[in-house]
Amino acid sequence: MKQPILAIQNLSADVEGRQILKGINLTIYPGEMHAIMGPNGSGKSTLAAILAGREGYNITGGEVIYCGQDLLALDPEERACEGVFLAFQYPVEIPGVNSTYFLKAAYNEIRKHRGLPELDAMEFLAFVTEKVKLLHLPEDLLKRPVNYGFSGGEKKRNEIFQMAVLEPKFAILDETDSGLDIDALKIVAHGVTTLKRPDNAQLVITHYQRLLNFIVPDFVHVLYDGRIVKSGGKELALELEETGYDGMIHATAAPA
Amino acid sequence: MIMNETKPNGALAHRVTELSLNRTELALLERSADEPAWLLSARKVGRARFAELGLPTLHDEDWRFTNVAPIAKMVFKPRLEPGRHGVTEKVLSRFPFTALAGGQLVFVNGQFAPELSSLALLPAGVKVMSLAAVLATEPALVEPHLCRHARADSNAFTALNTTFFQDGAFIYVPAGQAVAEPIHLLFVSTAKDHGTTAHPRNLIVAGRGSRVTVIESYVSLSDAAYFTNAVTELVAGDNAVVEHLKFQDENQQAFHIATVAAHFGRASNVVTHSIALGAKLSRTNIYATLAGEGLECILNGLYLTRGEQLADHYMVVDHAQPHGASHEYFNGILADKSKGVFHGRILVRPGAQKTDAKQTNKNLLLSDDATADTKPQLEIYADDVKCTHGATIGQLNDESIFYLRARGIPREKARRMLIHAFAGEIIDRVRCAAVRQELDRLVWDRLEQNQKIEGSP
Ligand SMILES: Nc1ncnc2c1ncn2[C@@H]1O[C@H](COP(=O)(O)OP(=O)(O)OP(=O)(O)O)[C@@H](O)[C@H]1O
Ligand SMILES: [Mg+2]
Repeated sequence: MKQPILAIQNLSADVEGRQILKGINLTIYPGEMHAIMGPNGSGKSTLAAILAGREGYNITGGEVIYCGQDLLALDPEERACEGVFLAFQYPVEIPGVNSTYFLKAAYNEIRKHRGLPELDAMEFLAFVTEKVKLLHLPEDLLKRPVNYGFSGGEKKRNEIFQMAVLEPKFAILDETDSGLDIDALKIVAHGVTTLKRPDNAQLVITHYQRLLNFIVPDFVHVLYDGRIVKSGGKELALELEETGYDGMIHATAAPA
Repeated sequence: MIMNETKPNGALAHRVTELSLNRTELALLERSADEPAWLLSARKVGRARFAELGLPTLHDEDWRFTNVAPIAKMVFKPRLEPGRHGVTEKVLSRFPFTALAGGQLVFVNGQFAPELSSLALLPAGVKVMSLAAVLATEPALVEPHLCRHARADSNAFTALNTTFFQDGAFIYVPAGQAVAEPIHLLFVSTAKDHGTTAHPRNLIVAGRGSRVTVIESYVSLSDAAYFTNAVTELVAGDNAVVEHLKFQDENQQAFHIATVAAHFGRASNVVTHSIALGAKLSRTNIYATLAGEGLECILNGLYLTRGEQLADHYMVVDHAQPHGASHEYFNGILADKSKGVFHGRILVRPGAQKTDAKQTNKNLLLSDDATADTKPQLEIYADDVKCTHGATIGQLNDESIFYLRARGIPREKARRMLIHAFAGEIIDRVRCAAVRQELDRLVWDRLEQNQKIEGSP
């Protein structure tokens, strides 16, 4: 059996003394696309943030192995250089930092880490112009400060654009579909699908079956109150649409 | 000049109002007897005002956050005699803005150093020279302006400067003339003794419809605790377009007090920048009088402090006429135990309708021990005006740092990118590209240095 890209075992975490994750188990292999669904406040973004390395969480148990190494021991920047990418639910506006400059810095850090020569401004521009087309992003966005004054939809598309540039091995998309109009949703879904390769994997967090019509997941997991309470194929998303979380939880909770 | 300070540690001690003059200064006062009568009387007024006002204390509303007691405690040394004091062109070339195409006037310890100064060819009628020289040859040219804008009334340091100034720069651009390249006024101190004082006095007059860019920089080749007490009067005639940049990078022991008294005519367009990087204690007063209708001015500033530095900016924007726009933007980046102070007063006089006054002061604290005090003060006596102000004091945004790190950028680099961006908001407003680029490099280097000194968190 090949090595998983990500293996989460019994992961528990506190925020400010409150337990949010209560023993998560999830294994993702290369070439797979997983979706996580779950009600508001169930811990989806918390899981994503912990995987990306945000500070402020207290890991109380379990482990995360990423391509054979202890992910939780790495700094966020090391994780990114190793190929982890988080498309933020709420991308941050950074006034004063030019988008192209930022992305070039990030891209070159990752190249440096891989032992590749850095790209200069011209080379980078040529490289990026291709990726811009994929996401149908107006090119002038790249001349503006990072996310600064971007519309909600532009911010989300910009996240996927960054993903296209940085070519991660493991990408987490936290509600990238929220706030997108139907055309933008198709563009984003197309982008994400295009970026799918046999040697990478994606974890898509969403509330809506709608996205999964365009991005077809191999597995769907239901996160409820800090635990994955049910996993299945893409039909699970449809089932959820029918029953709602409460319906599904009660059915699941009933002992066999 | 020896000032009497009776109480030790007397932060709130008696006002210092006595000027005990040393021999050099007495000689100077005598020598100035052949000055024009109007100047002598201005000096007299200055002296009297200083005796009345004394150096400010923390009880003065306008000096609440900045304690000048260390200046009061100084035993002022005789000013240095004119001369190069070992300064060469090569030494100067390490200072910023010395390679700009417009050339420069150099002042060593407040005294004009013609042999170190050189200027690019200037358009007809434009004068760039020492103030002492123009006072000796064509006093009528300066009489309408000198001591008229920087008033000794309310500011003890201006009163002091008016009493004692010997020299400084004079720039005069006649109506309709444009000076293409920025003119650099370089004030360098070589003072070896604690308390050495210089009172540079500058007058910049941009005639009706003229254009000019002036950089005034204050730098140091010494590590003594000297005192610079500068005053610049800046006059922009109707329709004049002026860019003025004051750059302060005195040594870490020095005291720097400066006043820019500016007077703007109808439909003029002026941007004045104040960049404060050096000095143990610096205070820059900017008095801007919007004296004509429909003019636009920008007061822009950046202060970077570390160690136990204090950088204070005090601003009075006086909207005296209708349809005037003034925009103030001041950002401070404060490390270690340093302190930033901003006091912005906007006065809208009766009749100054359609005034558009905006003020922002943002402070970035790089350490838990750094502090910032910010105080807006709006006095509005007209009803149809738009006045806004906003101030922030805070640390680097953790969310932003995480966002950058999550893309692969190391923490330190992420921090620096954000700090640089914060400075960049101000630097980007410098219009002259050569000056902007040089300033950007310089501030970037300084931030890097400060980071190194501060060490990684
Ligand atoms: N920094 C924090 N301090 C306190 N509580 C927090 C913090 N971060 C998250 N939480 C709490 O943890 C719980 C899970 O939050 P999380 O953002 O992971 O939910 P989510 O599943 O992503 O929800 P949504 O669908 O609304 O995005 C919530 O109750 C939230 O209030
Ligand atoms: Mg969430």
